[in-house]
Order: sequence, then C-alpha cells, then structure tokens
Amino acid sequence: MICLINLKHITKTFNTKDGDVHAVKDVSLQIDEGQIYGIIGFSGAGKSTLVRCINLLEKPEHGEVIFDGKDLLKITEKELRIERQKMGMIFQHFNLMKSRTVYENIAFPLRHLKMDKEQIDKRVMELLELIDLVERKDSYPSQLSGGQKQRVAIARALATKPKVLLCDEATSALDPHTTQSILQLIKKINKELKLTVVMITHEMAVVKEICDRVAVMENGRVVEEGDIVSVFAHPQMPVTKNFINTTNNLGKIDELIEANNPLVQINENQQIIKLQYQSGNTSEALISKISRDFNVDCSIIFGNVEVVKDSPIGTLITIFTGDHENIKKALQMCRDNDVVVEVMKK
Amino acid sequence: MMDFIIQIMPNVVDRFDVFVESIYETLLMILISGSIALILGLIFGTILVVTRPGDILENKFIYTVLGKIVDLFRAAPFIILAMILTPLSQLIMGTSIGLKGAYIPLIIGTAPFCARQMEQALSEIDRGLVEASQSMGFGPFEIIWKVYLRESIPSIIRGFTITLISMIGLTAILGVTGSGGLGVFCINYGYNQYNYDILWVSLAILVLLTILVQGIGNFLARKTRH
Ligand SMILES: Nc1ncnc2c1ncn2[C@@H]1O[C@H](COP(=O)(O)OP(=O)(O)O)[C@@H](O)[C@H]1O
Ligand SMILES: [Mg+2]
Repeated sequence: MICLINLKHITKTFNTKDGDVHAVKDVSLQIDEGQIYGIIGFSGAGKSTLVRCINLLEKPEHGEVIFDGKDLLKITEKELRIERQKMGMIFQHFNLMKSRTVYENIAFPLRHLKMDKEQIDKRVMELLELIDLVERKDSYPSQLSGGQKQRVAIARALATKPKVLLCDEATSALDPHTTQSILQLIKKINKELKLTVVMITHEMAVVKEICDRVAVMENGRVVEEGDIVSVFAHPQMPVTKNFINTTNNLGKIDELIEANNPLVQINENQQIIKLQYQSGNTSEALISKISRDFNVDCSIIFGNVEVVKDSPIGTLITIFTGDHENIKKALQMCRDNDVVVEVMKK
Repeated sequence: MMDFIIQIMPNVVDRFDVFVESIYETLLMILISGSIALILGLIFGTILVVTRPGDILENKFIYTVLGKIVDLFRAAPFIILAMILTPLSQLIMGTSIGLKGAYIPLIIGTAPFCARQMEQALSEIDRGLVEASQSMGFGPFEIIWKVYLRESIPSIIRGFTITLISMIGLTAILGVTGSGGLGVFCINYGYNQYNYDILWVSLAILVLLTILVQGIGNFLARKTRH
C-alpha cells in the first residue's frame, strides 16, 4: 500500500481570549491510497481542525504534513496552491456559490487552470453525469435540495481530478435517506476513480457503512485507530465503545445492569456474559457445546448482528448458569474459538 | 396649461434656463463624484474586509488605521468638512466653488460612508465559501475578485444605492459653500429671495431623483440575486 497522507505529530493550538485551546495534540496518522479513512469523535474533539491541517487551511505549529511525498509545511505558498488542487474538500454546509449555477459552480475550480472552454465543458458534463444532475445544470443552488447541493459540491471538489477527497461532516446536515445516497456516491467514486477519501463524522453509522479504517478522536488526540472490522469487534477505549453502542442497543444492557433491572438480575451461580464472534454460524454450535461439555446453561437475553464493511459481527448477551469453575472453563473454550468474551456482571 | 404653470411657479419659469442648468449640474456632480466615491468605497471596503482579523490578508495595522480614518470622516458633519476642504479643492481643481468645487467635498464626504456600506456587503459572504475556494487552491486576489466581489453583487448594488441617495442630499447642502447645482439655485433664487416655488420644485426634483435611484437599485439587486 502506498501512503498518500502521512501526518506526523500534528499539534494545533488556538490562542483565544479565553486562553489556549489545544485542538489537536500530537496526532500521527497514515492514510493509504485508495482507502476510505474515517475520523470519528464527538463535537469539539478536534476532527475538523485535524482535517484542515491536511490541506493547511490550518497551519499546525508542530509536526509534518506529508502529502503525496511532499512536506507541505516546507513548500511555498504558490506550490501549496498547486498541491491543494490535488485535494478536493466538501463541507457540512456545502459552501456553494449562490450567484452561480450548478454548471458554473462545478466549472469554478477549473477556471484558473489553463483549460480552454471546450475542455472545461467536457469535464463539467462528465461530472454532472457522475452525480446524476445533468438536467439541473442551469439551476441555482437555492433551487436544489440538500442532497443535490452536496452532490454538486462533490462534483466541484472532483473537478481538478484530485487524489483525495476530504469530507468534513459531509452528511451531517442531511436526512438518513439522503445520507445513504451521498455515502453510496462516495463509495462509487472511491471504487471507480480509485480516489482516497477522508471522512470526518460524529456518526458511527457513516463509518460503519463505508470506511476501511477509522481513527477515534477525543480531546484532540487519536485514542484508537485501526481496521474498521477489528475496531468494531474489539473496541478498546470507552469512547469507541460508546460510539459503537450508538449504532445498536448494546448500550441499553449496560444501563439495565446499572439500574439493576429485573431482566438482568442474577443468582449466585449465574453470570452475565457478552460473547462476540466474527465468522458466521459458530455461535449456535458453541452454545450447545457449552451446555454439553461443561454442564453450564446458557440463555440468550439479547442478540445483535452488526454488518461492518460487508462482514458480520455478532454479539450475544447471555446468562451463564452453573458452577463457577465450569463457567470459567467454558469461557476459556470460547476464547480458544476466537470469541471475544466479556463478563458484564457476576 | 402654460398659464397654470406660470401661476403656481412664476419664479421657476422666470429662471428656467438657470433651473435647467442647475439640474444638469446636480446630475453631473452625482455622476462623476458618485462614480469615483463608489470605486473608492469599494476598494476601501474590500481592504477593510480582507485585512480584518482572521481573514485572507489579515493585517492589523492596515485594518485599524483605515478603519479609524473612515470613522473620522464619517463622524465629521458634512457642512464643516466641505468648508475645511476648500483649500484642497482649490489645489486640485483650481476652485472651491461652482460645479468644479463640488467634486472634492462630495467624494471625500461620501467615500468613507460607501466604504462602510461595502464592508458590510462583503461581510455577508460566508466564511465557508472563502475556505472552499482556498481548498481549491485559489490565491487571495482570485478570492477577492471571484468570491468576495462577484458573490456579493446584489449587496454591493444595495450599498451603492444607499450611498448615491445620501449623496443627493449632500449635493444640496453644498449650496451653502457656493457650489453649483440645485443647492445653490435654491439658496440664491429661492431662500434668499423668498421664492418658495423654487424651493418646492427643486425639492420635487431631488425627491424624484431619489425615487429613481432607489428604483433602479432595487431592480438591479433583484435581477442579480438568485
Ligand atoms: N479558529 C478557531 N479559533 C479558536 N478555537 C477553535 C478554532 N477552531 C476550532 N477551535 C476549537 O478547537 C476545538 C476543536 O474544534 P474542531 O476541530 O472544530 O472539533 P470537531 O470538528 O471535532 O467538532 C474546539 O474546542 C473548538 O472550539
Ligand atoms: Mg467539525
């Protein structure tokens, strides 16, 4: 894999009247060519600041920004502008030019390149087809829906044939249905044009849908990073677990346990166990094996299958009933079968 | 018909050639001083916007100094400003009275007002548009031209309209310092000789002119807004 964006020890502090705001603290990330890379975090975590450090809309006071082999902090302003043409960016609020038509908006970044009218026209028409808005080319942004506006913004960002598309909360102003259509479009662009995508979002559902890798940000730091499936399967940090729980009901169980709900009340010889498995149909055989071999009863109180990047991750919340030693052995057997085990209550 | 006109505005008819000449002078003042003041206002307004803190050509010194100068001229009562400017007009135009004497005070009296109007118009541009353009690799001057100015055309037209209308008022005040146009016509033939018909008719002309400018401004602003 070729590394397209390499951020090394990026630090960005804003000096405000109310003191220094450490928006990004010593963040290092590598984004490979062709990847869809998600950066997730709650509002204020520093995601926007970090992504803006990639195209130097914000200049980090420490660190290196290596894009396509060049250290962007070491080149001149003029060279930087040329590098920026290789990076498209889209925003939460689209940022289209109100006084220009859809066509003119898409042509806008081409106007300062040395391209003649016909070349520009050809490129704009290609892009209009890509975003499926050919018939709206003479409309003004005020006449478009949110989803259509974001499509136009995507076309505009792609006009100069960039190597990467930076998306800062690109779907956060859209309804769930429109969000899906924009995500599908980004997926398609990633596949067909081999375009690298950096997705900033606070929605785990977005990451789950299209990202290959994800970095989780909290208080200006990347606290967890990895392949999307493994992050989903084995989240390490509380904030990551929190985000994953927003896409299913697993968080509810913790609440029930916390509140000592009758549903999760257990006896001395019982334990509440979370089992997580990644490959298809192992769970059922496992559960019958547990009762057979270890004399432990296993009842399921909650089950969930998460599809991450087309690969399923199953989660079962179960109550194990049996002798303490036997339960311990049963859990070890589960671990030996690549099932992630977590004792939630005993 | 003619009898009726002569009856209600005898003095206007009496001085008809001077009256027409005065209207012509007023229009010329507004056209020439207006054009120059609008251009200066647009330039200064743009500088104020792009040098403000956090903007594309941030420059605290220019922003503060220019802002103070603009405010100083705006705070000065126009009639006193016009008197103070007579030597400057002498120097540049060779006279401080008549049509030629009107240009300098009108320009200097209006350009700062226009600059603030333009500053306000350009401030309406969403920060996001500027960032989007920067992310596409546009430099500051391209952004000024293609985003700040181009995208705020309707607001600029509205600011121009307000500026021109305030200038119409100032042309009349200039009658006091002996400049040309309807102002001095009113003072010499109207006010000083108790010919109220001259004042009324001049007032009507200036009101009509204001309505006309406002109408054209509204029309153009509407045409350019999408
Ligand atoms: N231009 C700025 N000036 C001062 N503080 C800022 C600026 N931009 C962002 N911040 C602060 O930096 C922190 C991170 O912001 P941001 O990167 O926008 O977070 P996110 O995109 O994750 O919501 C926040 O505390 C925010 O208030
Ligand atoms: Mg943000």
